[in-house]
Amino acid sequence: MLRILHQIFRTGVVTEPLTDEVEAEVVMVGARLEEAIRRRFSRSLVIRQVDAGSCNGCELEIIAMNNPVYNCERFGIHFTASPRFADMLLVTGPVSHNMEIALKRTYDATPDPKLVVAVGDCGCNGGIFGESYASLGGVGSVIPVDACIPGCPPSPVDLLNGILALIDGQRV
Amino acid sequence: MSAMRDIITTHFGADAVPGAVLSPVTVSALHLPRERFEEAASVLKKAGARLAAHWAVDETLLGRAFAVYACYVVAGDYLLVRCAVPLDDPTFPSLTKKYIPAFRFERQIESLMGLVPTGHVHSDHRPWIKFEDWPADAWPLRKGFDGAQKLPRVPGEYPWARATGEGVYEIPVGPVHAGIIEPGHFRFQAMGEDIINLEERLGYVHKGIEKRFESLSWEDGARLAGRVSGDSTVAHALTYCRALEGLCGCQPPPRAHWLRALFLERERLANHLGDIAAIANDAAFAFLFYQFTRLKETILRTNRRLFGHRYLMDRIVAGGVSVDLPFDGAELIRTELDELLTEFERLITIYDLSPSLEDRLRTTGILKAELARDLGTVGFVARASGQALDCRIQAPFPPYDQIRPRLVVLDSCDVHARAWVRIEEVRDSCRLIREFLTRLPSGDIKSTLQQPTPDSCGFAVVEGWRGEIIYWLQSGPSGEINRCMIRDPSSVNWLGLEQAVLGNIVPDFPLCNKSFNQSYSGHDL
Repeated sequence: MLRILHQIFRTGVVTEPLTDEVEAEVVMVGARLEEAIRRRFSRSLVIRQVDAGSCNGCELEIIAMNNPVYNCERFGIHFTASPRFADMLLVTGPVSHNMEIALKRTYDATPDPKLVVAVGDCGCNGGIFGESYASLGGVGSVIPVDACIPGCPPSPVDLLNGILALIDGQRV
Repeated sequence: MSAMRDIITTHFGADAVPGAVLSPVTVSALHLPRERFEEAASVLKKAGARLAAHWAVDETLLGRAFAVYACYVVAGDYLLVRCAVPLDDPTFPSLTKKYIPAFRFERQIESLMGLVPTGHVHSDHRPWIKFEDWPADAWPLRKGFDGAQKLPRVPGEYPWARATGEGVYEIPVGPVHAGIIEPGHFRFQAMGEDIINLEERLGYVHKGIEKRFESLSWEDGARLAGRVSGDSTVAHALTYCRALEGLCGCQPPPRAHWLRALFLERERLANHLGDIAAIANDAAFAFLFYQFTRLKETILRTNRRLFGHRYLMDRIVAGGVSVDLPFDGAELIRTELDELLTEFERLITIYDLSPSLEDRLRTTGILKAELARDLGTVGFVARASGQALDCRIQAPFPPYDQIRPRLVVLDSCDVHARAWVRIEEVRDSCRLIREFLTRLPSGDIKSTLQQPTPDSCGFAVVEGWRGEIIYWLQSGPSGEINRCMIRDPSSVNWLGLEQAVLGNIVPDFPLCNKSFNQSYSGHDL
């Protein structure tokens, strides 16, 4: 136990200090995000992530949003296991033929009003997988999409930025 | 000369016709008559060979019919056995009597190429990857199938394995899972908390990758290979490029080889750190989760700073690498590793001295050594179950032939072993990276690639962080991609998970699953 406490104190808060350009960006984006989330979602934006066919690259960065460096929870962003609790679907793609039905069902199970964000080049337009017998292309070809965050994969900062741009751009 | 090849040529005499395969790896190819295809499996099984891959190819554009391949290996000595399959009788002898993993490979061949295995030991002809709502005659890997078409949906039902009896119940999980992970379906039959059967249903993220390759240029193929499984982008792009370089007779410059190995080890570091974190998290040890993900993030940031991408996507290209180590790069990586290892060792002490963690990890999810061998598992899953398999040692490319990795083999076969193999490999990768940096040769980082000649085959294997990745490439009549066969480690290791969870309690499934952490995308293609 002492070792754990020692390590915790030695590590400190890794989200500070902010010398690096990228880290500075996290906090700048994060502060605006927190403000938007406080205003629009009563301090808590709940996200259900859906992999609709990705190569798992985007998932790595969405998981990284939760690491202590980005720590998206401090801005009020939570990931939930159930679409029933979700305000937002964060969908990576391309949407595979075999995931189309599951994605539509997840969308239907999410209560209105809801936001849908397509993540990654493939989520935006199918990326290198394009449209084929097995890939239906971008998320927008299957469910209505409110915003796209391009990148292969988009970094955690890109993701936070993209989410901010969407909820900030919407009228209160 | 290949011992495996000798065994077959001695046994089959004039029936075994040598074929050509171009590869940087020790590999030979032999053609056999279709009726003796299974016999080769018997002979090679007796010789201790593992069935590493099994696939079919449509060679109609090359003026032939179909062909079925089986890839066997003993200690880095690979052998491809091929048999021709006529168009009017699209069947081939099943290898399931000799090799367990053949049933998955064969279901896939039947589903995607429409060739039917005969004498199948389980008679399991349920489609795999192809879902029940696909038209029955949709065989995407056939040349006559237009890959750009939209598939109609037809009514159909997937017959699941059932279990009945008083107190037996089913738990269906997925395809959309609770966490931020890929989709797949798991169906448990349980009695109380004990799992009596687990059936996996994969294929949800099938993106038609193998078919897609056939419409791309060889250069673009490297980008697609880098997106077969995002967490293994280096390893997949590397295997593809090595197979392609074998096919074209291209020799990457020495510095490119060393930089590729550097990228491969950095990918291993990042993923192993993330996995150790996730295993601790699934045992409810959040402290270690955050600490290890913090360490993983440092690797990703250094990657971005030095090479321009957090996961090193598209840094491996045909003929070499697309980015060189900056002049201050070696020093930066050394400093990073010094700090990382100091922190890592502190955390591992905490990990090792935590009885509650030990209680969850030890004796959980045991995959017995003989089962790990019979299922053909590879990578850290195999090594944690006593199998001494590592392509970096058994089929090395420079610099692994000069700087040898440490082969970490454990025999407790449980979640703990699968975590501990990764821990030892983190230490070893740090050592390897340091040695690479010390002895990194100077010079170019990329050679020019010649276009492949028509109707040639290339083959390569690379030990990614998950295990052995295999690519087999075939050029068509005008030197284009006719077929790209991909065997991700997940294709075989998923079988191990089904067996490892038996007798465990349902709440330990996430922990077992995390200890395997196989790729859905790499499996589904």
